[in-house]
Amino acid sequence: MSIFQPDGMSRRHFVRHLAATAATIPALEFISHVRANAAELKKNQKSCILMWMSGGPPTIDIWDLKPGSKNGGEFKPISTKGDLQISEHMPKTAQVMNHLSVVRAMSTREADHGRGTYFMHTGYVPNPTVVHPSFGSVVSYELGTKRKELEIPAFVSIGGGREGTGPGFLGMSNAPFVVDSNGGIRNADLNGVSASQLGRRLDMLGSVEEGFINSQRGESGQSHKEIYQKAVNLMTSKQMDAFKVAQESPETLARYSPTPNGNAMGGGMGGISGFGRGLLMARRLVESGVPFVEVDFGGWDLHNDVFNSLKNRMLPQLDAGISALVTDLKERGMLDNTVIVWMGEFGRTPRINQNTGRDHWAASWSTMIGGGGLRGGVAVGETDSDGIAVASGKSYLPGDIWATAAHALGIPLDTVHTSKRGRPMKIANGGTPIKELIS
Amino acid sequence: MTNNESQAKVGSSWRKAGVLACGLSLAVSAFSGFALLAHGSLLAQEMEAKPGMSDKPGSLKPDSLKPGVKSPEMKGEMEAMDGPSMKAPEAKVPGAKAAGGGDDLPARVKPATNKPGVRTAASDPVVQFINESLRQGWKDNDVEPSPMADDAEWIRRVYLDIVGRIPSAEEVQDFIADKSKTKRSELIEALLEDPGYVRNFTTIWTNLCIGQRTPRRVSRTGMQKFFREGFAKNRPWNEMVFDLVSAEGHFEKNGATNFILAQMQDNDDGVQLTAKTTRLFMGMQVQCTQCHNHPFNEWKQDQFWQFNSFFRQVRKMDHQKLDPRTGRQVDDYSEVLFRDFSGPVFFEKRSGLMQVAYPIYLGAEVDASEGVDRRTELAKLMTSGERPLVATAYVNRMWGHFFGYGFTRPVDDMGPHNPSSNPALLDRLSDEFVKSGYDSRQLIRWIANAEAYSLTSRGIKKNERDNPAAGETPLFSHIYVKPMRAEQLYDSLIVATNAHKTGRAGWEQSEEQRQEWLQQFVQAFGTDDNEESSGFDGTIPQALMMMNGPLTRDAVALKPGSHLAEVLAGKGNERQKLNILYLSVLSRMPTAAEWARFQKYASSSGGNLIPVYQDMFWALLNSNEFIFIH
Repeated sequence: MSIFQPDGMSRRHFVRHLAATAATIPALEFISHVRANAAELKKNQKSCILMWMSGGPPTIDIWDLKPGSKNGGEFKPISTKGDLQISEHMPKTAQVMNHLSVVRAMSTREADHGRGTYFMHTGYVPNPTVVHPSFGSVVSYELGTKRKELEIPAFVSIGGGREGTGPGFLGMSNAPFVVDSNGGIRNADLNGVSASQLGRRLDMLGSVEEGFINSQRGESGQSHKEIYQKAVNLMTSKQMDAFKVAQESPETLARYSPTPNGNAMGGGMGGISGFGRGLLMARRLVESGVPFVEVDFGGWDLHNDVFNSLKNRMLPQLDAGISALVTDLKERGMLDNTVIVWMGEFGRTPRINQNTGRDHWAASWSTMIGGGGLRGGVAVGETDSDGIAVASGKSYLPGDIWATAAHALGIPLDTVHTSKRGRPMKIANGGTPIKELIS
Repeated sequence: MTNNESQAKVGSSWRKAGVLACGLSLAVSAFSGFALLAHGSLLAQEMEAKPGMSDKPGSLKPDSLKPGVKSPEMKGEMEAMDGPSMKAPEAKVPGAKAAGGGDDLPARVKPATNKPGVRTAASDPVVQFINESLRQGWKDNDVEPSPMADDAEWIRRVYLDIVGRIPSAEEVQDFIADKSKTKRSELIEALLEDPGYVRNFTTIWTNLCIGQRTPRRVSRTGMQKFFREGFAKNRPWNEMVFDLVSAEGHFEKNGATNFILAQMQDNDDGVQLTAKTTRLFMGMQVQCTQCHNHPFNEWKQDQFWQFNSFFRQVRKMDHQKLDPRTGRQVDDYSEVLFRDFSGPVFFEKRSGLMQVAYPIYLGAEVDASEGVDRRTELAKLMTSGERPLVATAYVNRMWGHFFGYGFTRPVDDMGPHNPSSNPALLDRLSDEFVKSGYDSRQLIRWIANAEAYSLTSRGIKKNERDNPAAGETPLFSHIYVKPMRAEQLYDSLIVATNAHKTGRAGWEQSEEQRQEWLQQFVQAFGTDDNEESSGFDGTIPQALMMMNGPLTRDAVALKPGSHLAEVLAGKGNERQKLNILYLSVLSRMPTAAEWARFQKYASSSGGNLIPVYQDMFWALLNSNEFIFIH
């Protein structure tokens, strides 16, 4: 027998086992009951979706507008279903803002792309002595390992995988599993190798591996086998369907996209946007029990021509994607178990530069957070009338955002991880959950 | 042409210092035109790597493999290599005084058979010192050494460690057939003269100095050229360090500058450069002392800044040029220039008090006045003296390269807070290394000829406790298994499969393919050069890449030119063909059990053996036995 038998009992084994022990309950009925419970269980599992705005989004034009200020720019604020106003180019999102809140008093110091990416993902500033885990890896470590039925990785990054978003000292088993927004997984395709041929290969591999494992050469051979087992499970898992966004109905696909055209799958920006497709995949992954999904949306480094870029290109995609995701999760009863976080590496200068662009700015900007049972429709903190400083006294760090998410995910805040050199590290860098968001 | 100085102005420099470890900086805004580090430009730069004098796998001759030719001998060898019946070959330690040298050996390491030709001859007193020192350690700790590795196990290891790839099937066969009693020493000599040695250590030191992903505005080609020339000429290591620390000029004309450029990615007043220089070349970790006195080592915060003050005269200049096709400014070359700086540097104590630090190297003060080239002074101080840290750090790292663990863990954190596990041996080797004129090849000769390096990686009952992976101090009573580096894995796959010969021609294309694969591999592995890893730290994407990636696919697809196609089309019976496949991938013959297993698959294949060979080859390439150095 192959040592690569996938984990868990086969259905037939289960049925046979059951027939021998639980004769009083009709077996099949019992199974369907178990299955229903499993589905219920998955629904109640907590997850987090991070929308990562790579490049640094101009939050002054999206979540915290400054009408009347010289820094205000071209856009007007509109009212929403929540207790705050947002950009006029986010009309669909405005309709779901009762579920989402904006933290308007971020002040994060790091205004370099690399350092900002690291700081916002991990809660820690870069340090040459240690590589910190991104929050996705922390969730993978804390929640993923407990989900035995999960055959696909616990931290999936759609279009991401940048430096500073990795597992750090938590080890490669908590690394983001990077896929593109078409759900393409590099090298997961069997390229015409049949199931029986794969079986023979794995059988042959198994015996070579066993030979090495039993040669008194330490533990490494065994770890190799385990990684291969995971990879094989992944290649053959039913849960891989979660990556197949094309299985969704054209109507659903269309809702995630700014253009009302759902038949152009795989056509880049021609049909459904990469971001929208990524969010839809994120929803499917969360439904399959994946606890952390990051969706990367690039193109925010708007040093030039910020307003045209926003209203013609970026905001329509953002607006369609966020509103469709929130609506979908709500309809499926999953919103209260799914934390949604929206952030980039920093905001952008309130001052509009000579190229009608905005540059890097970390002193006063916004992030968005909602779902997962957190309070929606709230603006936390505020900036001054020109947007150049936090005016509310208290300002927030990424650790506070992640502490809020940890709270919603049920990860205890006194969790401490230890670096390879024995240095204790508090989860979310010891940040505090934002009290305005906790009901 | 636009010049972009990335060094802060003198007057305000202390304000921005301290960004690195403790994050005291304020919001820094408006870095226009910054491009993300992780973007495609990197890949493009990687692929520009030009073939160099010794970058070619000159000694690879897999196409000359002759399946079947050596069949009579192979049969005899195979029995000797079958696991349980494996005998320990001669373990006599040769010495200058041949009569006395071996007789003091404890009975258990005495030759178990009279099998000839496995001695790592070493009439060298340094090798004897290593042997005696380690044996003392075994005795003191009540462990016994594992038996000698057989030729097949040993040759694979020594190829991977010195030339960075596995031996071809032919090289394994030739070595096993060689009857010379000193063949192991002879092979060590031959490999040190092989271009693969230069290539391997160039790769290692390039990765250590600038990382596996080339940072912006750094020339990987330039860095490789510096090390390639240095290792090819066997330049004294202290001279190479001198050049790296004091480098100035154009990043391709003087490739040594790339070490400095790679540490100047942040505008941090040389903080990163200070930390990396001490760690890499002196085996000292001082990063933490940037902000506070170190809790466990003797470094104090002012010493960090004293050291840092040597690097304040570095000026990095990034040049741009006009791209005639697009009309835009694009990156041209970068260079390291001298910046006028004199006097002390300022730093902030935790209490908020400002302090000054002058250029002082381990107690030796350097003139802080104008016109003194501090880096040259530092380079002189670092690379001279009786037993400078530069020598000890290099010896420790080199030992770790061959044995998987150095005398300290990690290899680059030495000092009273983290004492060496064998100070007498480390000191002696360092002294001898200095006396040899910092001769890298001589150092390798000593280490690779040591008795401990010739042992098997199989543990025995009596050395079970010698398990550094479980946190124990390494005693080197058996070889510790270590994973291949990305480059070793790629180059070994090429030796085993000839996959690069299928379809694409030319060195340039092969090199491009190699760089592409390595980039993907580095991403899939997310390797971190800060942590030594003894276990398998692979990822699912890496396993997928090995199972289904194009390189493996081409290797088993029977494309013309591939190793598998040639073996299967060649002469020889089934067993001989299987032998060649095992030798090509695992550098050993199949065991009797493995042959029986293969026959079982063959008998159920309906007469078509080709797919059975293909699947077997696939399994061997994907095995733990292949991917580990043991």
